[in-house]
Amino acid sequence: MKQTISFKLNDQNVSVDVNGDESLLTVIRTYLDKTGTKFGCGLGDCGACTILIDNEATRSCMVIVEDIEGKEIITIEGLASGEILHPIQKAFVTLDALQCGFCTPGMIMNALGLLIKNPTPTRDEIIYGMEENLCRCGSYNRIIDAIQLAAKEMNQKVKI
Amino acid sequence: MKPNKIDQLYFSDVNEPIRLDRREFLKKLGGGIIVVFCLGKLSLLDGWGQNDAADELNFNAYLRVKEDGRVDCYTGKIEMGQGIITSLAQVLAEELEVPISSVDMIMGDTELCPYDAGTWGSLTTRFADPVIRAAAAEAREILIDLAAEKLNVNKEELTIEEGVIFVKNNTTIKTTFAEITKGKKIVQSLSKKPSIKTSKEFKIIGKPTISADAVDKVTGKAMYSGDIKLPNMVYATVVRPAVYGSKKLKVDASGLAAFEGIQLIEEEDLVAVIHADPEIANKAAKKVKVSWEAPEARADNESIFQYLEAHIKDSNVYEEAGNLEIGNKTSTKIIKTAYQDGYKAHAPIETHAATCYFEKDKLTMWVSSQTPFGTREQLANTLNIPLENVHIKQIFLGGGFGGKIYNQQAIEAAKIAKSCGKPVQLVWSRKEEFMYDRFRPAALMNVKSGVDDKGKLNLWEFDIYCAGTRGTKLFYDVPNNRTRMFNEKNVRGDSHTNRLNNVSVHPFGTGAWRAPGNNSTTFARESHIDTTALAAGIDPLEFRLNNLKNVDMIVTLKLAAETFGWTRKKEDGHGYGIALGEDAGTCVAILAEVFVDKSTGEVTPIKMVCAQDMGQVVNPHGATVQTEGGLTMGLGYALYEDVEFVGGKVKSKNFKNYTITKFSKTPEIECVFRDKMDSKPQGGGEPAIICVGGAIANAVFDACGARVNRIPVTPERILAAIKK
Repeated sequence: MKQTISFKLNDQNVSVDVNGDESLLTVIRTYLDKTGTKFGCGLGDCGACTILIDNEATRSCMVIVEDIEGKEIITIEGLASGEILHPIQKAFVTLDALQCGFCTPGMIMNALGLLIKNPTPTRDEIIYGMEENLCRCGSYNRIIDAIQLAAKEMNQKVKI
Repeated sequence: MKPNKIDQLYFSDVNEPIRLDRREFLKKLGGGIIVVFCLGKLSLLDGWGQNDAADELNFNAYLRVKEDGRVDCYTGKIEMGQGIITSLAQVLAEELEVPISSVDMIMGDTELCPYDAGTWGSLTTRFADPVIRAAAAEAREILIDLAAEKLNVNKEELTIEEGVIFVKNNTTIKTTFAEITKGKKIVQSLSKKPSIKTSKEFKIIGKPTISADAVDKVTGKAMYSGDIKLPNMVYATVVRPAVYGSKKLKVDASGLAAFEGIQLIEEEDLVAVIHADPEIANKAAKKVKVSWEAPEARADNESIFQYLEAHIKDSNVYEEAGNLEIGNKTSTKIIKTAYQDGYKAHAPIETHAATCYFEKDKLTMWVSSQTPFGTREQLANTLNIPLENVHIKQIFLGGGFGGKIYNQQAIEAAKIAKSCGKPVQLVWSRKEEFMYDRFRPAALMNVKSGVDDKGKLNLWEFDIYCAGTRGTKLFYDVPNNRTRMFNEKNVRGDSHTNRLNNVSVHPFGTGAWRAPGNNSTTFARESHIDTTALAAGIDPLEFRLNNLKNVDMIVTLKLAAETFGWTRKKEDGHGYGIALGEDAGTCVAILAEVFVDKSTGEVTPIKMVCAQDMGQVVNPHGATVQTEGGLTMGLGYALYEDVEFVGGKVKSKNFKNYTITKFSKTPEIECVFRDKMDSKPQGGGEPAIICVGGAIANAVFDACGARVNRIPVTPERILAAIKK
């Protein structure tokens, strides 16, 4: 039995006709063609599929689409404004906090969720908040530094 | 490509060009200046050489200065995070005198790029760099000649900067690459040793450069094989047995009746379902009941080492010198130890994926593969179609580490596409990724050493099972030594070709894992060096320096020890460890500091220093990122990673029961490289990782007295060793 689920994706209103039990990851990647969000395990273990649902970093592979009616979703495609990168994206580039890049969208989205909750995290708070996002290439230290750098820039902007 | 050929290519470090008529291909390219050269004829190991003019269409790499002044660099290598999309562009930009931002890398496309055997073995910088530099230098000469003609001056009066050619003492007389190449098509083959820059002239080589693909990767624009969507594409899910190597007996697909639009595919042992919706394909696949005949389990993750030792009886000597008996007699202390290393998964975050379609008889595919040209050959052989009817396209890889050179998913996707006549996408689940990974093989190393009363090594006997020869050439000065490789008769000593009666001794697929074999043997050697130093009552650093003969290794070790501060005071519960190794032409020294909780056995890495002699460092920033990555990934195999299994039933199925390094376990890392800008560049992707196991095991011993001779060095093994 198909039903229509409506929600906001990167500031755009979207509706999908679904059974309801499809994973949000499939909906984003396959039905809505936003392939920046990655499939890494389908079990919530790796964080490659992390997105924001109402500003909360969430594993999209573990959410069924029925549960996002009326919610606001942000994926990696929704961060930059045109050519201007979001401070977290910029910091990842500046510090080269990536290698193969496959975990990167999930890392950035998880970091954004973290910084929304805690705009001035300590190094240990970053580690705790990022711990369940996996990077096989081994860019963890650079990612931590990038999040610290981004936090600094984001806080300066707020003050202005 | 047949697995044997892959092994052969991997270990012989050879790029073997395939003869294809490229006349047609050159026609297809637009205008500009195209430089071709034959890698096969260049004497690679010497760095430079001559190519045969008659052979010019059998070329192997080239670049094209386009009519808009931008430069395309074509290479059969792929980008999987190792950063060659940046470093190859750097060397080209250096010699051609263009900004790096005007270079476009065209990588791994089998119709656009020259043949390449595969991206592996830390070969790219060693072998592709010199050739691309040569081509760029040649293109620079052609451009200068053309500019001289156009500007009506002597070529000696001209110089190039940032893609602009001008008269040295009158910069108003100038022209650009775009102006010169417009309307021209010049194909030039590299005919003589070109004049390349020395390190003093470098502007771009040696300059830290941020990854060229970083912006695409932080915005989600970078495309991977599973991101391709084709019109009318279907998603495939393969029905898998519980045990590796099972044979299909019977398929009951009656459960599929409940799914509209589902299609069953059966091709020999391959059983799959396809649907336009991947969620439905996944659900339906669970309803297909297949009876399998599973091979008998011969070993599990505990008994495997005994199994290997009991079943592999033949050996051959890889290296020997002096006389072992004399070594025994002249040593005051003899130490014998067996070291073990369990199976390790590659576990890239991107699982194996392929997207493909047929147009008449021609197959086009995007595939997460380190061997696009090998994939093409495998697909042509499997489907029995000509090589030119397979086109592999350029795509990013979400990690490889040696695991993406076998291309099982490519064959599966192609068979399914052929059978159903529709475009197909196949993305392996995490469980499939663990089951069909070609694991780093379990290895066993029996080491016997002898030392005299002055602390000089007199005896070294190294028996290696299933880890191969890579990196095992003895760089310590031991007069009496022997290294043997244990294999079935007539099988070479490579890590993943151990076969028993033509069947692998391993219960599942094994293969190349970032510096194949060298992680296992370096762990064993360096653990044993420490054990021997202890028996001799000498500090591990001093003991190594006393017994090393390789000058580069000595300098590298001293650099690491100085950077680390080997003699600095240790905090309570902390320990320091050293390991040395050689891989892909690079000397590595790692010093590690760990903290061990003696009550739980839990290890916290505190700091790691890695010094490397890797010859010329093209991109110091990229080399640092690679080294940090190697150390971070290496902590996983040193401390946590172990594939659990009973026979072909792999119990490690996901990241819950196969732990890799995480944020909280990553220590402070410092990388230092010897300054050798005029030397040839050596490997950078793999070498650093080989020393992690040994350095950590030695640091753990230093911290708590637990000598663990099996990696991973787990809390249980540490506690058991403390009790001893």
